[in-house]
This record gives sequence, C-alpha cells and structure tokens, in this order.
Amino acid sequence: MSETAKGHLKVYMGYAAGVGKTYRMLEEAQALRRDGVDIVVGYFEPHGRKETIAMTEGLEFVPRRVIRYNNAAFEEMDTEAVLRRRPKVAVVDEFAHTNVPGSERAKRWQDVHALLDAGIDVIATMNVQHLESLNDQVWHVTGVRVRETVPDWVIDDADEIVFVDLTPQALRNRLERGVVYAPDKAQKAMDNFFTETNLSALREMAMRHTAHEVEEKLAAAPAAAVVDILATTGRAPEPKADVEPPRKERILICLTGNPFSAVLIRRGKRVADYLQADCVAIHVAAPGEDHDAIERHLSFARNLRIETHVVYAAEIAMAVADFAREQRITQIFMGRSAPRPWYSRRETVVQAVAAHSREMQVIIVASRRR
Amino acid sequence: MVDRTDRRPDPEELLRRVQAGERREKRGRLKVFLGYAPRVGKSFRMFDEGRRRKQRGQDVVIGALQGKLTPDLEAILASIEAIPPVREHYAGQMWDVINLAAIFGRHPSTCLIDGLAFDNPPGSRNPHRWQDVEELLANGIAVITAVNLQHIYEKQEAVERITGKRAANSVPQEFLLEADEMEVVDAPTEALIGRAHDANMPDPRQLAELREMALLLAADVVERQLQSYLDDHGIAVRWGAQERILVCLTARSSTRAMLESGHRNAARFHGALIAVYVEQSRLDGADRARLDANLELARQLGADVHRLTNDDFVEAIIDFAREQRVTQVFLGHSGRERRWWEPRSPVDRLIDAAEDFDVRLFPHIEGQ
Repeated sequence: MSETAKGHLKVYMGYAAGVGKTYRMLEEAQALRRDGVDIVVGYFEPHGRKETIAMTEGLEFVPRRVIRYNNAAFEEMDTEAVLRRRPKVAVVDEFAHTNVPGSERAKRWQDVHALLDAGIDVIATMNVQHLESLNDQVWHVTGVRVRETVPDWVIDDADEIVFVDLTPQALRNRLERGVVYAPDKAQKAMDNFFTETNLSALREMAMRHTAHEVEEKLAAAPAAAVVDILATTGRAPEPKADVEPPRKERILICLTGNPFSAVLIRRGKRVADYLQADCVAIHVAAPGEDHDAIERHLSFARNLRIETHVVYAAEIAMAVADFAREQRITQIFMGRSAPRPWYSRRETVVQAVAAHSREMQVIIVASRRR
Repeated sequence: MVDRTDRRPDPEELLRRVQAGERREKRGRLKVFLGYAPRVGKSFRMFDEGRRRKQRGQDVVIGALQGKLTPDLEAILASIEAIPPVREHYAGQMWDVINLAAIFGRHPSTCLIDGLAFDNPPGSRNPHRWQDVEELLANGIAVITAVNLQHIYEKQEAVERITGKRAANSVPQEFLLEADEMEVVDAPTEALIGRAHDANMPDPRQLAELREMALLLAADVVERQLQSYLDDHGIAVRWGAQERILVCLTARSSTRAMLESGHRNAARFHGALIAVYVEQSRLDGADRARLDANLELARQLGADVHRLTNDDFVEAIIDFAREQRVTQVFLGHSGRERRWWEPRSPVDRLIDAAEDFDVRLFPHIEGQ
C-alpha cells in the first residue's frame, strides 16, 4: 500500500459565536474554487445568518448523514461520503462538535483526522473556549463549563491557526442588529454570556493562545533566518538566552480519585506546554479507592498525551519522591491536602511530599472556586 | 458572573473619570486595524467596514488611501465618497496630506484614513498624519484607520531586531492605546509570501515573529481596556487571561533561583513578573544586605517590585496577590521555620489559604 501524504489542516480560531469564523472560512473556500481547486463543504452550520449563507453559493455540498437517536433525527458530517468523494480540500465547520451516539467517531475533530489521513486538506472553524487547557479559566471567567473540548495537541498539530478578530463592541452591535441570533435569544445572550467583560477576557485568551501556537511552530522550525539577519544587518540577532531554560524541565502530576484531579491535570499540562517541558502523571494506589474515578483521570491524562504511571505503595509521599527522583523530575504538581482542624499537627501529604522532595519544586494547584 | 465587591475610588479619581467620560462623549471614536506586516489585508478590512457602515445608513467618507489598489478594494472604494488628500511637492518628493479643511466643511460621521503612520511635509499644520487624525477626533468625527506593527514607535527596536530594518515614520504607542477599539488582522505567514515577490517582505520566520508580537501587543491592549472597564464599573475580578507571577522575597530563601525561574516562567507565558517583600524590622545587617541585593536583582530582571508592611506575612501576601490578580506565588521552602507555639508554618498557612493562585515551593539551597 502506498503511503498517502497527510492532508493540511487550517483552523480559523474565534473567541465567540458571531465573530465571523465561518464567513472567513467560506471566503477562502470561494477563492480556492475560483482558482479551480476541487473543494467541497463537508459540514456547514448556517445558524440562519444571511450573509454567511450567501457565501456558500456555488460550493459543492456533501449531504449530511442522518442518525436516529432517542427517537430524534440528528445530522452529522457524512465523513465516509467525503472520503469516497475524495476532494482536494474539505471545509468543516465547528471542529469541537461532539457527534451524536451511533456515529463512527465520538468527535468531529476525529472525523477531520480521518480526512487528513486520507490526504484531504481541511479548513475548519473553532472557538477558543473549546480548548481543553482553557476549560477552567473559561469557567472561572464566564461561569460556563464547556463540555465539548478538544485536546491541545490536536490544535498544536494543525498546520495553520488564523485568529479571527472582531471587537466586543462590534460583536455586541451585531447581536443587537439580530445578525447572530434571533432577537429574543440575542438579548438573553447579551445579558449573560456575551457581556463586555466575558468577551474581552475570551478575546484576550484567543490572542494569547494564537501567539503561543505561532511561537510553538517557530520553536519547531529550523533557525535559518539567523543567517539572513547576519547578511542584512552585519550583526547577529540578539540571543533570546533569558527565555531558554537552563535544562529540560520535567513535570510530574500527582493524580488521585478526587474530582479536582481534572483541574490539576489541565494546569500541569498547560504549564508543561508553555515551558516546553515533559509531562508525566503518577497515581499511588491504595486499597479501597474509587477505581472508576482514577481510571477516568488516567485516561483523561493519556488523551492529553501525558504518560501515566500507577505505583503501589503504603506511603504516598515517599513513593512520589522516589518516583520523581528516578524520573529526574524537576517540578511536582499536586492538589491541596484536605483541610485539617486548626490544632492538628499531623503532617499533610503536601507537607510530606515537600519534605521528601527537597531538591524539586512542588506546586500546589489552587482550586480557584468562583 | 463576576465577583463584585465594592471598591470606593477616591474623589480625585472619580473626578478624573467624569472628565474623561465627558471628553470621550464629545470626541469621535477611534478604531484601529492592526497588521503584523504589509499585505495582511488591513486596508481591505478597514474599507470593508466603511462599506458596511455606509450600507447601514452612516455618513462615511474616505480621507486617505495608500499603496496600490487591488480589484477587490477598487470595488469597495467606488461605493464610498472620497475627500482626496492634497498632493504637495516638497524637496523633490510627493506628499499626500489629508484635506482637513474639506473634511471639517463636509463633517461626516466617520472618516476612513489609511496609512496612519505617514508624515506630512515640513511647514504643514501637523508634522504627522496621526496628529491630523487627532484633530478629526477632537472635532467629533469618528475615524477608522489602519497601522502596521513596524510603524509603532515603541515596537520599532524589537521589529528591527527581527527584520534588520526600521521604518522611518511612526505613530506613538500611546495614541493607539487610547483607541476605543483595536482589531487585529491576522493571516497565515504563508499567504503573504505567496501573494507578492517583494524584496522588502520579511522571510517566513521573521513574519512569524512579527505575527506573534502583534498578537501579544493586541492582547496587552485588551487586558488594559478590560482593566479600565472594570475600574470604571467598580468591578473587582479574581481572574485574568494573563499569567501573573508573584515572587516572595526574603533575606534567607533561595531568592536568586526563584527570581530566575519567575522570570523564565513570565517570559514563556508572556505574563507579568512581580516581586514583593514584607517589611520586617528584625533583620540584622547581613540579612538586610542580602535582601537589598535580592531586590536589586528583581529590578534587573524587570520585576515590578513592591514592599508591604503588615505584621502578618500570610495575610499581606494573600491580600496583595488578590489585588494584583496573581496566578502563581513563588515561595522559598523554609522562608521561615515554624515557631514552637504556632500550629502551622507561614508556608502551610499560605497553602491552606490560597484559593485563587498556585503556590510554587522552591527548594532551600544554602547560600543562594
């Protein structure tokens, strides 16, 4: 079997519904069609927006697939049909969407990967709040716990991210004019999610995240430009020495059956991504613990591409310290120990880990209640 | 939604806000499209916005154009009234100067000005175009304009480090920060390179660095606007989109390692680095000297350094961290040992009380 070159993935990243991601994606689709590129619409969500719908004129649609679930009909992208049609490029709206049970794949981003694996280029859209690493921050700011998330590595692996900007004032004007939602829904949206502060905070997150993606790609690319700068200016570019870590950091996340472990995993992984550090997770197993919860957290960590380990030991802190030393860990991430009565002098797990791992940094991650 | 706590600004501050509010009401609104390099499509976005505003019934005119026109752009421009700049000749050069008198006479609600960083020839009413724009705004005319990163004065040194070139004309960053709205025009770097064979176009790597810089500048602008919005509405929030690191300085803890790590972390996250010291009277001469050296190092690393006075170290740090919307507190392992009558050490108490920020404990290394 001959190896097909993987398709190219481009994601238009927005910070809220209505900023114009889909419009920009379709604009590009039209330009490609005019240039004679074989392009189809794999999935498009019209949301009843006239200008956006007008932008699809002349584009070929692959009909959606209807899936019955709980006596209701749901429409999903017909990934298999797109694969059979085999265009050069497919446009796919709402990258973070969760498919209805009964679909081949749980997530639309997995459908997109099937297209990419078959050598089809994909142009997709997504909002920043669907990124797994921002889930807690988004909840903290907006009060909304986003359920449909995409692991960060999926976006890191994309070939291009383009930030689609619109100022919050302009977005709220659009809502007022009824461009984004029907009038009654629009008013409700403006009072709740689409407030000036929420939109500004989400927008800032999207800008910072896109900048981070650009930087990641730069770090991965060869530094050929150094030669050019020397040639044009006659002097070497200023070294970014202060940004480079003196050694590769290795982060260890201590996870348990406690629901807080999800926050801990996201936080540890986010810091690891920004520090370009390795990231591993450990669970010290004890009798009588909640196996299901722990398995869920371990599998969540693996989905984020964190290497997981389970060790059996009676003494948690010693086990963590020994494992950390063996793995040359430099930073240990853990949750706060359960509160003790004020008079208690018994050592907490955090204190014990800190005492046993004196040569490492220990990070106690905040619960960040709202 | 947001954690609202009463914040009572002092009367001076209130007066300043009222005056600023009045000024803002009379002033025209300024909207800026920011691009990271030529040809990202700023001008198109700006004129497209003008077209859409005109369709919605607003009185829009074009005050200045720049560069070659693409067919897309020409179609838009044909639908909007123009007040052409005055072409002047000076020292063998051609200059297009905004026709302020004509625009004031016509007094539209919105004026589109491309090439914000252009200079006017010597002897003009204002040396720079952005000053002409300032006059339009002061006269109650809204302006939509576009600018490239390389023309922001305060960014020119950093841009030159990347591209090896420096643009001759510029706009002060402060003028842009005062804009009511700033929108980033982002595009993949590949698209720019494919679009034109231009010797002046930076290479892909340089473009990517410029792009990152423009996005981060825009994020800082949003952060600043959000902060002033929250202040104006008396809203205190416990969150931020930016990583903010607080290093607790003492005479004894491994301050150098903490500061260097804090600096590295802040740089990686493009966040803020703050260093704080809680004043204690009991320091002997040697400790005082060590502390002063640490404070100096903090300043050298670009930290925002604060001194707090509070008998309770933990309370001081927690209040300050909340006020500064800190996301991580860096602390030495044994900043101070537990006294025999205290059930918990300050470190333990801080960990117990830390709700909104992570606590990063550093190993204690003697002599650092």
